[in-house]
Amino acid sequence: MTSPALSLFNAPFAALAIPGPTFLERAPLELRDWFVHLFPAPAQWLVHHLITIVAVLAVFGLFFAFLTIAERKLLGRLQNRLGPNRTGPFGFMQPFADAIKALTKEDVVPAAADKLLHFLAPVIVCSFALMTFAVLPFGRHLIPLELDAAVLYFFAAGAATELAIFMAGWSSRNKYSLLAAMRALAQLISYELPLLLTVVPVVMLTGTLSTQNIVLAQGGWWHGVIPHWHVFTPWGFAGFLIFLVAALAETNRSPFDSPEAESELIAGHLTEYSGFKYALFFMAEYFGMTALCGLGVTLFLGGWQAPSVYLQFIPSYVWFGLKLIAMILLLIWIRGTLLRLRIDQLMRLSWKLLVPLALINLLNAAFWFQAGELGGAFAIARWPVSIGLAVLPFIAFGRRLGRGLGPRTYRYAP
Amino acid sequence: MLSLSLIAALILTSAAVALSLRNLIHSALVLIVTWLGVSAFYLWAGAEFVGFAQILLYVGAISMVVLFAVLLTRRSMDEARVQPSSLRRVIAAVLAGGALAGVLAGAVLSTRFLPGAGRPPEINVRQIGLQLMGPHAASLLLVGVLLTVALIGATVIASSFERDDVSSDPDPRARSRGRLPSNSGDSHV
Repeated sequence: MTSPALSLFNAPFAALAIPGPTFLERAPLELRDWFVHLFPAPAQWLVHHLITIVAVLAVFGLFFAFLTIAERKLLGRLQNRLGPNRTGPFGFMQPFADAIKALTKEDVVPAAADKLLHFLAPVIVCSFALMTFAVLPFGRHLIPLELDAAVLYFFAAGAATELAIFMAGWSSRNKYSLLAAMRALAQLISYELPLLLTVVPVVMLTGTLSTQNIVLAQGGWWHGVIPHWHVFTPWGFAGFLIFLVAALAETNRSPFDSPEAESELIAGHLTEYSGFKYALFFMAEYFGMTALCGLGVTLFLGGWQAPSVYLQFIPSYVWFGLKLIAMILLLIWIRGTLLRLRIDQLMRLSWKLLVPLALINLLNAAFWFQAGELGGAFAIARWPVSIGLAVLPFIAFGRRLGRGLGPRTYRYAP
Repeated sequence: MLSLSLIAALILTSAAVALSLRNLIHSALVLIVTWLGVSAFYLWAGAEFVGFAQILLYVGAISMVVLFAVLLTRRSMDEARVQPSSLRRVIAAVLAGGALAGVLAGAVLSTRFLPGAGRPPEINVRQIGLQLMGPHAASLLLVGVLLTVALIGATVIASSFERDDVSSDPDPRARSRGRLPSNSGDSHV
């Protein structure tokens, strides 16, 4: 792997080739290696892996804590109120107060519940949500686990969520919980399809399932300022939007949070959960959201790649973090803006709009790749054709979806 | 070798437990542990793609199909009642088990085992895709058709649930008459 300083040296921007970035780039690894070498040689591999796990847990545990407070404060501002501001400076200690509250709350288990499954469901959902972080490339050298089939691993680990939701709904021995779990499963299964279908073109074009290689394939800049990220191609942009909507639904985020609509369903399949078990489900939801945003950044937004050749002096993991935070803020903004969908509207949106669009997007990506291979005039002509292939089906399917719903007319009493 | 024995023990034990449990949902959930064991075996053998695909398909999708099927049979909440063993059941069990054992034995016997531990081949996803779309395209299509048929069948069964009282009628002729619309079939009498 060439160091960023070396690649800068080859480019006509040799003046920028300072040794700083390489050191900062490698700093976390150096720290880890220094710590690992404190231990005797036979235990080093174990310490090496444990340190990675602890780092992921610590970073994303804290990220989760501050994500909740950021979301509450931002939502407060969006709704013209202050949000939590009593605990610590500016209310930033609120997540820790919440954690203590959740830990000390009584854990109520229904008498008729299947005790073991009722206990296992939150454990499974949280542990598998954390496992998805293992394959995200956080930086040029920072990836907890490098796998050849990383994208597949990500979705395989995410598949346990559905199982946990079923276990939660069924083991509560409450017919409303079971019904709500069925609704949640229907939503998850419906949106898993467009989610996977938008990932397929990326894998198809880069020819690899390894997340690190997908990020590397998005390296390089056009005239040094416009990066070669997938989101800047027509199919990539359309795919990113479908991915975003499907990711919102997969993580039960508003406007797709009907599985646990608090006001209508008293939290659906989580009705019978209380105390820290409920908090675990809550955590898993946020971990899942963060991991899916991380995957979206990796697949479409160039992962840890800097947006411009002049900005490479900032370490790659900072870029990843900034992109991740930007994407999560977008999700919070969406939550504060849009209304909750009804379950039938939600299913229709997936099966009648997102799935066909994702399938067409797959063909679009294949066309884009083939036209690029041919080169010459095709490489230019593929732009309008590909944009058309992305926009026209959206208009056509969108009109069909909204037919008969028309603009609402208001009649006023004379 | 130790890890292989552990994986094999996990697969066999969980399969045995799944068979012996009386609660169908518990059985199905333990069966998922068996599938996880199978994927662990694939990962042990170095087949990363197959291993993760196994988890994605079996733990994510097929488990849902099994659990939904159990719920649709309305036996989920109470323990499954086991009918007393009869000659018919014994014959069916021997036939089904024998057929499966025959297929597996045939597959094992016809496989050429390499002497010693060979180096795992370097396979990337492009090669897998080319293999699936080229030499194995027919089987891929067949699996797709099979799954579609299963899906349509499940939909048909689930959507005709309200006719359950008719199908419990002991007389098959009466059942078929009951299902037909009243204005057809009787005109020639």
